[in-house]
Amino acid sequence: MGGPLLDIEELSVRLPPGQAARPILDAVSLRVSQGEAVGLVGESGSGKSVTCRAVLGLLPERTSVGGRIVVGGQDVLAKPAAWLREFRRRRVAMIFQDPRASVNPVRRVGDFVTEGLRAGGTPYKQALARAEELLEAVGIDDPRSALRRHPHEFSGGMLQRVMIAGALAAEPDLLLADEPTTALDVTTQAEVIAILSHLRTARGMGMLFVTHDLELAAAICDRIYVMYAGRIVEAQATGGLFTRPRHPYTAGLLAATPRLESDQPPHGVAGRPLSLAEAPDGCAFAARCHLAEDRCREHRPALEVLGHAHVACLRAEEPVHD
Amino acid sequence: MTAVTLHRRYRLPADNLTVAGVAVLAVLVAVAILAPLVAPHDPLAIDFSAALSGPSSDHLLGADQSGRDVLSRLIFGARAGLLGPLLVVTLSTVAGTLLGVLAAWCGGVVDAVLSRGMDFVFAFPALLLAITLVAMFGPGLSAPVVAMSIAYTPYVGRLARGVAMREMSRPYIHAYRVQGWSGWTICLRHLVPNVLPLIFAQSAINFGYALMDLAALSFLGFGTQPPVPDWGAMINEGASALLQGAMLPALAPGAAVVITVVAFSTVGEGIADRVARRQR
Amino acid sequence: MTENVLEVEGLRKSFGGRPAVDGVSISLRPGGSLAVVGESGSGKTTTARMLVGLEAPDAGRISVQGRDRSRKPRGRAARLSRAREIQMVFQDPYLSLDPRITVAECVEEPLRLHFGLSRQERRARRDELLDLVGLGEREAAVLPRRLSGGQRQRVAIARALATEPKVLILDEATSALDVSIQAQILDLLARIRRELDIAYVFITHDLALVRHAASDSVVLYRGKVVESGPTAQVLSAPEHPYTRLLLHSVPRPGWNPAQIAADRRALQEIM
Repeated sequence: MGGPLLDIEELSVRLPPGQAARPILDAVSLRVSQGEAVGLVGESGSGKSVTCRAVLGLLPERTSVGGRIVVGGQDVLAKPAAWLREFRRRRVAMIFQDPRASVNPVRRVGDFVTEGLRAGGTPYKQALARAEELLEAVGIDDPRSALRRHPHEFSGGMLQRVMIAGALAAEPDLLLADEPTTALDVTTQAEVIAILSHLRTARGMGMLFVTHDLELAAAICDRIYVMYAGRIVEAQATGGLFTRPRHPYTAGLLAATPRLESDQPPHGVAGRPLSLAEAPDGCAFAARCHLAEDRCREHRPALEVLGHAHVACLRAEEPVHD
Repeated sequence: MTAVTLHRRYRLPADNLTVAGVAVLAVLVAVAILAPLVAPHDPLAIDFSAALSGPSSDHLLGADQSGRDVLSRLIFGARAGLLGPLLVVTLSTVAGTLLGVLAAWCGGVVDAVLSRGMDFVFAFPALLLAITLVAMFGPGLSAPVVAMSIAYTPYVGRLARGVAMREMSRPYIHAYRVQGWSGWTICLRHLVPNVLPLIFAQSAINFGYALMDLAALSFLGFGTQPPVPDWGAMINEGASALLQGAMLPALAPGAAVVITVVAFSTVGEGIADRVARRQR
Repeated sequence: MTENVLEVEGLRKSFGGRPAVDGVSISLRPGGSLAVVGESGSGKTTTARMLVGLEAPDAGRISVQGRDRSRKPRGRAARLSRAREIQMVFQDPYLSLDPRITVAECVEEPLRLHFGLSRQERRARRDELLDLVGLGEREAAVLPRRLSGGQRQRVAIARALATEPKVLILDEATSALDVSIQAQILDLLARIRRELDIAYVFITHDLALVRHAASDSVVLYRGKVVESGPTAQVLSAPEHPYTRLLLHSVPRPGWNPAQIAADRRALQEIM
């Protein structure tokens, strides 16, 4: 694997000043290397989607942003809008949760898949031929006639495949996937993920996969970052995360997920997930943590290296975890 | 989710506008109620010596052709100007909500009949209806108010039907059915109260439009009859003064209409925003 | 043999000529738990709506505690007695509570409709119900929008239990919640079932959840039951290709999505 394709350093995001001013992300750092699939897992309010959108510069106006987002050596946050548009077209592609909400319903599928190519100067005929190949690659029957159809003629799963084809058209180096299968049925999800993984591996793309589903992230990602209340609390290779979670929140999430192959009934984590704005001083998870001590409520743990993992927990090194 | 929250939070500054709109309306209502105390002159008092005089310390906005004080007529005009639309909006809101919710709740034939009926009224020009009624019952406030109430009912009705349909598809309505409540109880106690806020928002906006339509009728001579002060009639009377170089007799009531309409629209939008924000 | 609390035979319902539910039969013991598993278009939600009387079946029989409940209830007495037999918790906690009604009022409403309790008795019962689902006075006093998704779903459960039903239909009741909250609600539901001896029908798409929530399972595909039996058996030795497809579709570490394409082909061959 090559050097970092995406390098987010100490990213902090705060919504615009005024009544609504509130922090969303606090010093989020993460990396995706060339050809690597990285999961970003968290519950509602964790800031996982904002992190993902920030890479494309998709934040509300006047949001104050700190830190750096480096893609292929270029700092995205320092660039003007025109550069960002070009960048979104060529280098990075994004797939969203709801395919129907992210495609123009009155335009044909062919227009959608080819628009990036044509904007990049590819002649129409060539772009169309390429689109046909792409639709075939994502498993759409009769791609030639599919190009002439409208989004409403496709089911949710088929439309998400079209979105993937559109995202791959410009041969980006980095794919951002924001809960791309959450709106889909289980069996459709499985098929879409299979196609996505296959194409990603074949093209050597890096991927940041945002999801609330640890099991899904584990199924397709090499490494996983776990977010809680606007911060990264743990980062590990997938295998390690499942066999030996270092942060009590990760352990809690794993215990809460119902599993097919386990006799252990799922166990809830008391309380509810917080957003950064609601988080108290000290460790944001302390109130829900069965291992929390007084110092956890006073000092905020930094993300530190522990074996092969990065963990933000004051008690991470103690044996209580095992 | 997150994106929605971002968007929602982002719209807050609009609230200041709403507050300004409410303030303007409060002043207007106060002025209308306290007209005899606030107005510097009798709005009907004729003083030919002051005819078409420009602004002076005695007549702040000047006087019209008959030498009546423009400011006083404006202040008294606010009474008819606000009372007419108030009646129109009240009547059309009650009728529209009733018909719209009924159409949504009953569905089927009832819905088809009511919806087509509303479409029919919708397609009929409001001013033509008003002029027809005036021709039948004579000019004054009542015929135009009745006509406008009828004309505005489908606007409210369509909205009420749409909102009611959306609310009815929400599981809280189903939950009450499963609990064993009768349809009418659910409709009156849970559906209607959840439909009303958006209707009120629309009605506030309608208030402005109704004011404009009634002023237009007065302008054409079908509404409030002279010499009773009325903004629309004042614009009409002032129009000839324009040729003689006096702007204020026509411009002042025109400005009053515009300010009032804008204020009502702003408040209506504000309510709608607030309702949308409270939805979740 | 004890009589089943819920017995459904040959249930059918079409919308515009297209069958949504096509001959579904299920049964549920008193205090038992049954999962109805399916994806969108499987007919699981239509089935649930027919069970609680929100939709009238075209054909088939529904009986609850031995009484025929195949039609939509007509008249006050029929509505009330049905409501005391069977209740439902809906998927979206953000839309299943009237936004204008406080939590306390929301739970008191069914008590007022169904039981001739005095004011004090009603309040005491309301507090008891809220306590059962882990909510206190502070939550009772507020409007639903002040509560989190998990708390709202607790309110919905308390409200459903207010009529003291024998059967509770849970229509994807935990699928809109965060993972850590979903498990809390599942815990709560399991505890309530033990304490109140109430029977559950879990309507869900999630096989992993079924394994821990229901002793028996029925798999629906295009409106038909394609597999049924004890959950352990359905999950460990599925007979129908669709059940196998569903099973293999559940993501997990070491997951092989290629298997799914093969399952899909096998399914197409027999359907």
